[in-house]
Amino acid sequence: MAAPAIALNRFGLGARPDEPLAGDPKRWLLGQLGRFEPRPAALRSVPSRAEVAADLTGYMTAGRMGRRKGARMQADGAQQAAAQPAMPSRKEARQELVRDIHGQYRLMNSARLVSAMTTTTPFVERLVHFWANHFAVSADRLPTVGLAGLLEFEAIRPNVLGRFGDMLLAVEQHPAMLIYLDQAQSIGPNSQAGQRARQRGNNRGLNENLAREILELHTLGVNGGYTQADVTEFARALTGWTVSGVQRTRVSRYVRDAGPGSYSFADAVHEPGARRIVGRSYAQPGEQQARAILSDLATHPSTARFLATKLTRHFAGDEPPPAMVDRLARAYLSSGGDLPTVYRAIIDSPEAWAERPAKFKTPWEWTVSSMRALGERQVRPGLGSQLLKQLGQPTWQPGSPAGWADTAASWTGPDAMLRRVDAVQRLASGAGSQVDPRAIAERVLPGVLSAATRTAIERAESPQQGLALLLVSPEFMRR
Amino acid sequence: MSSERRALAADSLAGAKLDNFFTLHAQLKETAKLYSAREALFVHATALPTRRRSHFDAQNLLETGGRKPYQHNDGWMNRLLTLLPRQEGQALALAPAIPMILRGSHAVSSFAPSALPTASDDLLMRVSALYQQDPQLHAVWSRAIATRAQAGDLADGRLNAGAMGQLAAKLLVGGDGARIALIESNHWDTHAGQRTSIATRLRHFDNMVVALKKGLGPVWANTLVIAATEFGRTVAPNGTGGTDHGTGGAAMLFGGAVEGGKVIADWPGLGPSALYEGRDLKPTIDLDGLIASALAQHYGLDPRQTMRVLFPDSSGQPFGKTLIRA
Repeated sequence: MAAPAIALNRFGLGARPDEPLAGDPKRWLLGQLGRFEPRPAALRSVPSRAEVAADLTGYMTAGRMGRRKGARMQADGAQQAAAQPAMPSRKEARQELVRDIHGQYRLMNSARLVSAMTTTTPFVERLVHFWANHFAVSADRLPTVGLAGLLEFEAIRPNVLGRFGDMLLAVEQHPAMLIYLDQAQSIGPNSQAGQRARQRGNNRGLNENLAREILELHTLGVNGGYTQADVTEFARALTGWTVSGVQRTRVSRYVRDAGPGSYSFADAVHEPGARRIVGRSYAQPGEQQARAILSDLATHPSTARFLATKLTRHFAGDEPPPAMVDRLARAYLSSGGDLPTVYRAIIDSPEAWAERPAKFKTPWEWTVSSMRALGERQVRPGLGSQLLKQLGQPTWQPGSPAGWADTAASWTGPDAMLRRVDAVQRLASGAGSQVDPRAIAERVLPGVLSAATRTAIERAESPQQGLALLLVSPEFMRR
Repeated sequence: MSSERRALAADSLAGAKLDNFFTLHAQLKETAKLYSAREALFVHATALPTRRRSHFDAQNLLETGGRKPYQHNDGWMNRLLTLLPRQEGQALALAPAIPMILRGSHAVSSFAPSALPTASDDLLMRVSALYQQDPQLHAVWSRAIATRAQAGDLADGRLNAGAMGQLAAKLLVGGDGARIALIESNHWDTHAGQRTSIATRLRHFDNMVVALKKGLGPVWANTLVIAATEFGRTVAPNGTGGTDHGTGGAAMLFGGAVEGGKVIADWPGLGPSALYEGRDLKPTIDLDGLIASALAQHYGLDPRQTMRVLFPDSSGQPFGKTLIRA
């Protein structure tokens, strides 16, 4: 692979035939760091936090009213028949809200795809996807279906060119993360709320899910030098970090209303006292305690190494070259976690410019690069979410806080290949008959096209089939 | 047991009585019938010898059979294939991608139903030609085409757990198809609202097992199914009506080949001092030794050699008890 093709495909999201790369590939990549738009046109009309939260609040309220009515009916059997007609409307109201929330998910899904298809800063856009996967939230349960996309738009995009510590804080205070990893309902056993629950005989309290995943997946990494005791201590420090207005939990009554779906710190839920985590003591009061811990975690050498390894794997291959990992970790530590400094170190790493394709594209990368190669700027509503689900990588639904794997072995199963070929027939069939697949092939894979692929495209029975063969060719499957 | 744990476990006390100590969850209705027919065997308080509470570490250990996460690049099920006669050593993952446990030097296949309209035969043929020169894609593609042909009408659509069992059975009974199948089952990570979510998962699991039995027909008599997980849950409920990552848990064996109708456990108890690190069910049986023994007995292999190949770094021993009918 020649340098322009590497810049377009390995660093970028695939070439658009209507936007050829002019000039020096490295300069093109560096220039993107100054031009990136956190909120491009494609994302301006996605549902807002307020709209998503309003639906969740509506769902919660409809549920409560439905349940109360049900309870009263049980107590008063004689009136049951008379009260019945009101019930279906509650149920319908909830079903309507569920449909609405899934509709919001699909809109955000399409917007993300269109943003990736049309961006003129595809290197930075790729990094947004990288960090969104690093801080994965899975839209598997109702509250996260609408909120998962917002985490990427609100916490990742504005911070992708900032400090990692700022992104970390924005993510851990985002309602999607607080709800997904059960933090929003965790109670300090000795907090006011915890003590009151105990007096009533409820032994309710700590949930260590978020604390564990921050250490294991977001910062230090699994071998980053922390213990089970650190996890529990950190979980205590995080108590009180919650969300107002969209969930009814045992924490709700202690939460100051910061507006539905907003982060809120509930002091009455916070475990009092100083904490000791990964060898340091934290005596800060309330919310400041976990903030201070996150701030230290962000600049810890284990975090630098963990993030450097993941970034190296993303750009230089499934087996990350150690020299590049060291270089990125140094850039990270010396700059205090300044992400553009790390990105510049990636661009300057010869390992990332090795001629052999470094990576097998994930279904997401393959879909985005296909749409870009086809010159598309719009998608049919729902196409993005349908297609990616069938290809095995539904957006914001990795099913686990570890996110999607970034290695070829996860994406090269026989079935996965078959699905790409099924999908490509549909994608390419939308192209007009005026397109010349031979010309498009030379533009999107400059200097890369093999003789076998060129021949297959030339011999195709139609321009659409020629495009289909280009998009599933070995060169296009890899980057 | 605290009263809160009792509330969480209410459904587990309401199912079939297995012996004078253990009961089955109420949703495992078909599983209970298999137990009565001596085609189900349960092992309790078992875990891998390396204790990890990270899903990703523990899953990696369960799949690679190593002592340290990410130390091996292949899965123990792939290594098992090297011990079996060619005919027996063909495996398939019912998933779009091949999970770690089946990855390795021995070629395996994968298949999952698709809702996409299938590509034309002409396009499939041209893609075959296009991949001739690419060894990686050529190998993968050839297996893909063969498996799709075998799945037939079950190739389309989204499948529920029952249909997944049916599909697995269909892919296993064909003459020269796979003889070993892997089904992944997710969403058992019940940190909150465990009582409802575990009931749903178990009902689906129950459907899958019975569909597998039905679909396999006479082959069921010679079949071994192993159900295992990377770790159990904490004994005490957490603050959110669920449980956190624990250590000891249960494993299940099904099939006509199984010497079933019993629960094997060296029960450590649930008192505070009996718990592992004061929070988890203490494991008293090594899961790797159990798996190695079940497979060795099933395939007539030497248990020690099986243990060495599947779990090369394990300090554990093959499990001594009879698990498979002679």
